[in-house]
Amino acid sequence: MFEIVERQELAQGTIISNWVRAPKIAAKAKPGQFVILRANETGERIPLTMADTDPEKGLINIIYMVVGKSTALFKTLQVGDSFLDVIGPLGAATHLEKVGKVICVGGGTGIAVLHPITRGLKNLGNYVYSVIGARSKDLLIMEDRMKAVSDELMICTDDGTYGHKGFVTDKLKETLEKHKDIGLAVCIGPVPMMRACCNVTKEFNVKTLVSLNPIMVDGTGMCGCCRVRVDGKMKFACVDGPEFDGHLVDFDELNLRLRSYLPEEKLSYDAFKTSQGHTCTCGK
Amino acid sequence: MTEEVKAPKKEKIPRQKMPEQPAEVRRHNFDEVPLGYTPELAMKEAERCIQCKDPRCRQGCPVEVDIPAFIKCIKEGDFEGAIRKLWEKNALPAVCGRVCPQEVQCEGLCIVGKKDEPVAIGNLEKFAADYQRLHGRDVLPPKAEPTGKKVAVVGSGPAGLTVAGDLILKGHEVTIFEALHAPGGVLIYGIPEFRLPKAIVAAECRYLERLGVKFEVNAVIGRSETVDELLERFDAVFLGVGAGLPLFLNIPGEHYIGVYSSNEYLTRSNLMKAYEFPKYDTPIVRGKKVATFGGGNVAMDSARTALRLGAEKSYIIYRRGREELPARKEEIHHAEDEGVEFMFLTAPVRFLGTDDGFLTGVECLRMELGEPDASGRRRPVPVPGSEFVVDIDTAVISIGSSANPLLTKSTPGLVLNKWGNIVADPKTGKTMKPRVWAGGDIVTGAATVILAAGAGRIASNSIHDFLTYGW
Repeated sequence: MFEIVERQELAQGTIISNWVRAPKIAAKAKPGQFVILRANETGERIPLTMADTDPEKGLINIIYMVVGKSTALFKTLQVGDSFLDVIGPLGAATHLEKVGKVICVGGGTGIAVLHPITRGLKNLGNYVYSVIGARSKDLLIMEDRMKAVSDELMICTDDGTYGHKGFVTDKLKETLEKHKDIGLAVCIGPVPMMRACCNVTKEFNVKTLVSLNPIMVDGTGMCGCCRVRVDGKMKFACVDGPEFDGHLVDFDELNLRLRSYLPEEKLSYDAFKTSQGHTCTCGK
Repeated sequence: MTEEVKAPKKEKIPRQKMPEQPAEVRRHNFDEVPLGYTPELAMKEAERCIQCKDPRCRQGCPVEVDIPAFIKCIKEGDFEGAIRKLWEKNALPAVCGRVCPQEVQCEGLCIVGKKDEPVAIGNLEKFAADYQRLHGRDVLPPKAEPTGKKVAVVGSGPAGLTVAGDLILKGHEVTIFEALHAPGGVLIYGIPEFRLPKAIVAAECRYLERLGVKFEVNAVIGRSETVDELLERFDAVFLGVGAGLPLFLNIPGEHYIGVYSSNEYLTRSNLMKAYEFPKYDTPIVRGKKVATFGGGNVAMDSARTALRLGAEKSYIIYRRGREELPARKEEIHHAEDEGVEFMFLTAPVRFLGTDDGFLTGVECLRMELGEPDASGRRRPVPVPGSEFVVDIDTAVISIGSSANPLLTKSTPGLVLNKWGNIVADPKTGKTMKPRVWAGGDIVTGAATVILAAGAGRIASNSIHDFLTYGW
């Protein structure tokens, strides 16, 4: 059993941060790696990339958005409650190196995935520009933590309630124009955001890493559910990834496969909401 | 090899039929197909064994179960004696009684079978194990004095469980590391409930636990801990991590929604219990028209699972002919009885789908058999211009797997062959890395449960020698 020792609701309760006791995983995990979690015996195996670890205390930090039954079930877990299973660390760690100047771009909960990679790049002596964004000020997460690991932090909101009004791609483009010597971009967030970022970095010919989140089952290469097309070849995100060269990823195919179970997910989530009594604040 | 079998004078007993769920009923449920012998049926079947002085059946058993001895116990109504005999050589009798290909092993060599049908050894093994589980006293086989030696077993499939069962009885401490959240490996994620109920796998694991074997689930050796780290804590390490990465057809359209590897399809259904969705949270596409590609046991399992998930049509599309099907005869018959339709000499060319990504069909080519290939089977050759489309909404690709590099890549000193399988001495299971043994699919490529168990037996003997005598 994997106990939750700290729990925080972010972005008006739509995003949850948990520090979970998993000493073996915390001791081994590297930036870019993920864990698979299962809340209970009937639960799904849900992959989440770690936002942080504390090896000394034996804790890992996961940050997730509530989007369906499984994440809604995770949200019901309070401090002192446990996940039944946490498996990891899984996936290949980010290849971190000193490039000089780098830019890290994160959107939504992608910022959580971006955070340890940004810190790793900063610790190696890179000059780090970071751009983080959300739809609105209330939905932005991890500003302080990203600030602490960046040399310059830029903030974008779609509605202009905080920082630059517009998408993260605006600031990405602006920064790449200003600093021609940026040698690496790391862009993590929703698929449309990553695709748009890659389109920008392609223009500037800047190598770009993205972290993909396809549907997974076992997470160890056994099932092939998480297959993605990269440079025309089939790759398994769980063993070959989750990070890939963004300029080579087939985002259309990824997007399509992420929609595999939309009707089932809706059915499951609706049934769960009914069973819980509808208590969330979404207004529906 | 002359047959001087003295036919028993008494009235000849025919092979006792295994009662089973009727095909039209079972194709709609996940309950086990064979219902099991009653004690009366088992004792009657046991009488058919002529207790050969030089039993051939035993030579056909990869783990050398003393078959005549356990059958004699059943004949005499000593069911506890029967399970004790089985346990001497086999930690997994309830599993092996169900999934071993007896027709090419013990039963294939049975002397009775030369003139009549062979003794139903598999059914009797299943009976003895089930009787013990359901009605038996709480007995365990005797264990040797503790040796203080520690063994790590990586992977809890048939190879790993066999190694653990052997070495715990010999007095060593055994810890099994399993990557998934439940132990059993392919027995739990791969073989369907209707062929091997998961409660039985759990019971076999519980039996090992009662003997003292420790299970650590959610432990992905290679990621969470390396083999070298295990070697610091353990005297010996056995690697039985299974086959690994599923192969795809490498044709256009394999990304469409509804296209699965058999590993994924069966894992969703078996391990994650997607057939009980939404009670269980893991979904699965419940196709109306399902095609499974491949002709092995896993393909049969997939096609039969599709029926139980509500498919109106379940096809097996295979590029060779019926004679070349690698699956067990019994599995093929079960599939046909339940309504699986076979399309032989047919090869897929590309998948077809809607703009929003849902699978709608597969374009196929007719094949004809040409000259024999390296495997000795006649090579299928496409018939030009024979393209046709089969309407399907679900495809299950069941053409085997390649070695999973996750563990082997993180283990310096292991030697791999060109397919990425671990090189191990077939007589001992020793790898090229000191204190590390390997067996099962990670060594041989995808094979059967009992061959993996047999490899486990060979390795456990060698590990015991090493721990006892140092060689």
